[in-house]
Amino acid sequence: MSRKSAVSDILKQKIKGLKCRECGKLYPPVALHVCEFCFGPLEVDYNYDEIRRHISRERIENGPKSLWRYADLLPVEGPPTVGLYAGFTPLIEAKNLGAELGLKKLYIKNDTVNHPTLSFKDRVVAIAITRAMELGFTAVACASTGNLANSVAAHAAEARLRCYVFIPGDLEAGKILGSLIYAPTIVAVEGNYDDVNRLCSEVAGEYDWAFVNINIRPYYAEGSKTLAFETAEQLGWKAPDHVVVPVASGSLLTKIWKGFNELKMLGLIDRVDMRVSGAQAEGCAPVASAFKEGRDFIRPVKPKTIAKSIAIGNPADGYYALKAVHESKGAFETATDEETVEGIKLLARTEGIFAETAGGVTIAVLKKLAQKGIISKEETVVAYVTGNGLKTQEAVINAVDEVVRIDPSLDSF
Amino acid sequence: MASFKIRISFPEEKIKEPIIYKIGHEFKVVTNIRRADVREKTGWVELELNGDPAEIEKAVESLKTKGVKVEPIERNIIE
Ligand SMILES: Cc1ncc(COP(=O)(O)O)c(C=O)c1O
Ligand SMILES: [Zn+2]
Repeated sequence: MSRKSAVSDILKQKIKGLKCRECGKLYPPVALHVCEFCFGPLEVDYNYDEIRRHISRERIENGPKSLWRYADLLPVEGPPTVGLYAGFTPLIEAKNLGAELGLKKLYIKNDTVNHPTLSFKDRVVAIAITRAMELGFTAVACASTGNLANSVAAHAAEARLRCYVFIPGDLEAGKILGSLIYAPTIVAVEGNYDDVNRLCSEVAGEYDWAFVNINIRPYYAEGSKTLAFETAEQLGWKAPDHVVVPVASGSLLTKIWKGFNELKMLGLIDRVDMRVSGAQAEGCAPVASAFKEGRDFIRPVKPKTIAKSIAIGNPADGYYALKAVHESKGAFETATDEETVEGIKLLARTEGIFAETAGGVTIAVLKKLAQKGIISKEETVVAYVTGNGLKTQEAVINAVDEVVRIDPSLDSF
Repeated sequence: MASFKIRISFPEEKIKEPIIYKIGHEFKVVTNIRRADVREKTGWVELELNGDPAEIEKAVESLKTKGVKVEPIERNIIE
């Protein structure tokens, strides 16, 4: 495989390279994700002086109606080659839900309709695979049980790249279909969850593949910032007062916080007076429990929840998500399985949006935060609903009413 | 040659055993300690293993049978 070693000038202007979040050591912008010295995670190091020189609200507003309108703040060199329609999902003023929860200015950022696979993962994967192609990779991979796999498989098909998806051996057939349809190579690993994790780390070190959430992770993760950028723009270039974000690996929350702060640093919004609160399922809440117990480290847990898309027991960015919540003076709450189902139904009944279990957790947590007065009435609140309910129908199948059956006559009706 | 980074956690009764030395001898892997915190009752070591992938695999399997917890440095990768 031929891989580009030289980094183009365009990228050099925008990006200095990668930087260790812990020790600050610098690396070139290649496929690398852990610091060789301290094993800390690497993050994209932007040249903000250069970016500041040409970025503006007008320039963004004249861009494409997708997340690529924020390309100046995304870690890619050239124009996007895949995932051209990801992002720019509706920000819905949720008057009905707001009325039920006693919140006057509630918005739902609706990523259940992201293109093409109906979850926020289409954002991160669009960036990851565009970058992987720029780096010369011809094969992409991920380890996933759901949304990430769907998105990687779909984008790889569009980009005509070889695609490998690793899953635990005991995953149900229904879960696999949403990825299999795009014809990737799906590798079911016999063994438990830990074994799959370990094998994937080894495979990533051994094969010359773009593992989107391993060696491409610094680029991949940046895609989540676009949820902050869009929200600010859609609110008329303002940060909300409070956001509620589901937390699995913790990357999404960390990057939403970063995104708003970047806009402020570049003068695109005036201030970030915002609290960021995290939502986790009670059956997998390693970050929420660290918050509640006042710990600054994450104690891994064994997940047991219907919210499988956010069931990560040993989250890679849990520490940073916790830090972002502390910095912004936000909070963490959890939702039980029952509350999650109620959350899904509540959002559907009031706003006509069918979210998956992660969305149910987010709405349930939003409700709790409002009831406890942690979110106040007058605040502008944005809840991030990140995945589509059609993907997790089993969660609600027994929680909806029966249909009314009649004979085909008016009498019967 | 492959490289694999792991974190080994020791329960109290294993702290005194030269486990890392042993795997370096039993398998064709170069062990390279990068970070560690070993106290009286618990301890962990972050370690880089360099060698042939098959040898690394065997070394990891063997570590697991020695009563310590072995995890990749990467936390959960399945998303
Ligand atoms: C629908 C959905 N929402 C939220 C998340 C959480 O994202 P993160 O892992 O970045 O915390 C995920 C996946 O991990 C997801 O699939
Ligand atoms: Zn470092």
